[in-house]
Amino acid sequence: MALLESPPTSATKPGKPAKQPKQADPEDALTGTRGTRFSRHLILCLVGLVMMYPLLWLISSSFKPSNDIFRQLGLWPDNWDFSNYAEGWTALNQPFHVYLINSMIVVVFSIIGNIFSCALAAYAFARMEFTGRKLFFALMLGTLMLPGHVLLVPQYIIFSQLGWLDTYLPLIVPNFMATNAFFIFLMVQFMKALPKELDDAAQIDGCGPFRTFLRVILPLCVPAMATTAIFTFISTWNEFFGPLLYIQNQDLYTVPLALRAFMDSEGQSMWGPMFAMSVVSIAPIIGFFIAGQKYLINGIATTGLK
Amino acid sequence: MSVLTKQAPGAAASLAAGPPGRRTRGTARRRNQRSGYLFLLPWFLGMLFTIIPFFASLYLAFTDYNLFTEPNFVGLANFQAMTEDPRLWQSLKVTFIYTFVSVPISLAVALLIALVLNRGLQGLAIYRSVYYLPSLLGGSVAIVMLWRYIFGNDGIVNSFLGLFGIAGPAWVTDPDFSLSTLIVLNVWTFGSPMVIFLAGLRQVPTMYYEAASIDGASRWRQFRSITIPLISPIIFFNLIMQLIGSFQTFTQGYVMSGGTGGPADSTLFYNLYLYQKGFTEFEMGYASAMAWLLLMIIAIFTAINFIASKFWVFYDN
Repeated sequence: MALLESPPTSATKPGKPAKQPKQADPEDALTGTRGTRFSRHLILCLVGLVMMYPLLWLISSSFKPSNDIFRQLGLWPDNWDFSNYAEGWTALNQPFHVYLINSMIVVVFSIIGNIFSCALAAYAFARMEFTGRKLFFALMLGTLMLPGHVLLVPQYIIFSQLGWLDTYLPLIVPNFMATNAFFIFLMVQFMKALPKELDDAAQIDGCGPFRTFLRVILPLCVPAMATTAIFTFISTWNEFFGPLLYIQNQDLYTVPLALRAFMDSEGQSMWGPMFAMSVVSIAPIIGFFIAGQKYLINGIATTGLK
Repeated sequence: MSVLTKQAPGAAASLAAGPPGRRTRGTARRRNQRSGYLFLLPWFLGMLFTIIPFFASLYLAFTDYNLFTEPNFVGLANFQAMTEDPRLWQSLKVTFIYTFVSVPISLAVALLIALVLNRGLQGLAIYRSVYYLPSLLGGSVAIVMLWRYIFGNDGIVNSFLGLFGIAGPAWVTDPDFSLSTLIVLNVWTFGSPMVIFLAGLRQVPTMYYEAASIDGASRWRQFRSITIPLISPIIFFNLIMQLIGSFQTFTQGYVMSGGTGGPADSTLFYNLYLYQKGFTEFEMGYASAMAWLLLMIIAIFTAINFIASKFWVFYDN
């Protein structure tokens, strides 16, 4: 079991082994005298504070009466006002949870689609032998760099001819076709690190390729799938362009489109509610970030994913 | 293969060990072949859904397609019209300024912070998270809207400048300053290249630094002669990805300007203009031509980078 667990760790944490000797290294301890270490922390804290300030200000403003928002630079509200949330929730055509549910629908199906289709493709690329594998793999890597806007117009035409405008299908279905080469690449890297003997052993025990994939490889790929799921969640939750293009019906708006609608009803009195709903919209991202940090950081460290 | 062995039973004796083994290996391989393609089935569909639109958009670039009538072949007319389109030039200018200012700054900041973090400080994980979080939020509508208010006339940036007696400009509504707010936003998301830099810096063996400091090399000299060459592939990777990403900026410009690219087209990013042309004016032939021009620009910059990389990127093997 130790053998089984070691490859995934080495695949996802390329930097870890180098870290241990570094921290114990006396040379490094020497370079950081108490004073320089303190000043480094000071600088890092200041930079961190500047970076966090907009977010903290957003959160605190969502609890301020709209008139106070721009009068106070400070983060602690003088007058706490929770009505922004109630007001923002009902300010648009539909109550805000409708938009949250809409976004959740798109996100959940995108995650399922990405995990399944990319894992299947990755297994073929990483652990199977067949004619054209190298060519297809090169083609897959090529699509990594292909800017999506080149495909935009024809894909829009296809979707509109299929009658898929004003549905979530254009946002969901491509994810079931392994169109996200980043995740394939991530999983290929991960699966290549698993020992080849696993497949042979499974085959000797009478497993076909599909059962080997499902019962042996997939369970070992949970970290890579978690990375894929979190990245899909964040990018789909944030996605603005796709919904803007394909969703006209206001009842079907996803969260980013709904937030945008606040700007049309712009007016001083709406700032508080708008900030409140902004907080609601980024809270799931921050939540997933805190919960899945390990997978995120490892994921972008291994593949350079954004 | 199996047919051959059946038809030549006489040869079986001399090849006793050969054919059965070869035969099972052959069928196993063929089965593997078939299931390989089966596993790739969703991906093949996806490739069809990529390749067909890829060539379709190339074709449309030479037509006057508008979604409602049949496309007519117009030759290079779209490209010719582009050379005379002032808004197209403006959108190129906006995108180039944005890219060539914000990408170097954010990469430099990312590398600098990664270097400081890599010094074995306590609390690395916390700092890393704090710096990384904004890069997950930078593309969200909520944050771009927030930026609009932070840089608004009486937003917190101007209030802060006011503390020092500086009267800040009207960042969002002044065409001279509106793009700079989005450059700041992009620099704010330096966390994702930073995490990649950190991973790379940890791969650099510490013994190189030990050896160099025994030889009396200064910190700066160590940075220039050890760190930079060894992480140059990662700098290169980050550079390419950031360039490609920022050439395609859309949401920031759209949300900041309410979809117009204003004020005075100062936030008219290339993809925003492409969207306006293709999906509000339905000049889809023109939009396709624009898409191909940007693809060419990105390809050229990527190629230049790859060529230039021969002179500064150091590969160990």
